[in-house]
Amino acid sequence: MSEHEGELHNVAPGEPHDNMLSETLSYVIGLGLALLLTGISFWVASTSILWGPGVATGLVVLAIAQMGVHLVFFLHITSGPDNTNNVLALAFGVLIVFLVMIGTIWIMAHMNANMMPGPAMTNLMIQRG
Amino acid sequence: MSTASEAPAVGLTHLGSEDTGLGHRGPASKSIVVPYGFWLFILSDMVLFSALFATYASLVRATDGGPTTNQLFDRNLVAIETLALLVSSFVCGLAMIAAKRKNMLWTQGWLLVTGLLGVVFLSIEIYEFSSMISEGAGPQRSAFLSSFFTLVGCHGAHVTCGLLWIGTMMAQIWAKGFRQDIMRRLLCLSVFWHALDIIWVAIFTIVYLIGTLP
Repeated sequence: MSEHEGELHNVAPGEPHDNMLSETLSYVIGLGLALLLTGISFWVASTSILWGPGVATGLVVLAIAQMGVHLVFFLHITSGPDNTNNVLALAFGVLIVFLVMIGTIWIMAHMNANMMPGPAMTNLMIQRG
Repeated sequence: MSTASEAPAVGLTHLGSEDTGLGHRGPASKSIVVPYGFWLFILSDMVLFSALFATYASLVRATDGGPTTNQLFDRNLVAIETLALLVSSFVCGLAMIAAKRKNMLWTQGWLLVTGLLGVVFLSIEIYEFSSMISEGAGPQRSAFLSSFFTLVGCHGAHVTCGLLWIGTMMAQIWAKGFRQDIMRRLLCLSVFWHALDIIWVAIFTIVYLIGTLP
């Protein structure tokens, strides 16, 4: 039975392609894009041209884009049928990572807001006291 | 009345069916299963780091009157670290390409460069940690610094393990050649090394860049 049978064939994550040229090209493109995104990140963080409050969000978006570049060009995760298992595992991992991070940050921010009365509230309590 | 050969066999083999319950061709080869299992480990490692990131994000302002992110971090050092780790990840890919062609000289050479760039990264990190601790900004100073050292130190510990693994693989390739099992280990190593760079992208963005915004 042929190894290259489309849907039945699986590929391990990070497995290099058979063609040396396309493989090398993949790494070179990945390096170029990653360098570009890193450069933009450092520029965005140090410039004063951009609207201050939006910078942090922009940096997170750039970081997620760069992680995507690493996954596609270095780890060779594709949307092809031979990669379904890898992509599904990745999707589950990403789900848990986002649940843990966003859930914690969200809850802890609200706890801070609810547990520590601001100056206005403290003032009010003193007046009533 | 359907015969055994016509019946769609699900699960276990019975009535003479040749289906093993593992697909037409039986279980996937070891060269697929082993890196896939390692991929699952990497993803669970990412979940571990997500907990550390969440801790850091919750505690970053809990400085207890001590030094803050803006006072502690040096962007130039971080830029060099980032560059070293990124190029190291790229060179690791080149080593994989050479290994697939069973070219001993280039494989060893690229693996050596990968490891050396990793050493550059780790040296800068150790320098940063030691200068912070000597300034009195050690992990016991505040909750923020505890979470910082845990998060970045955990990544540094992974890089250290990766460096030991690179050395081990260089020796194994040298002594045993490009055997199937050695190639599987090498593939796992490259996945590990690329994953460390992905985690570093999150660290330099969330900890260092966002931490030093004016």
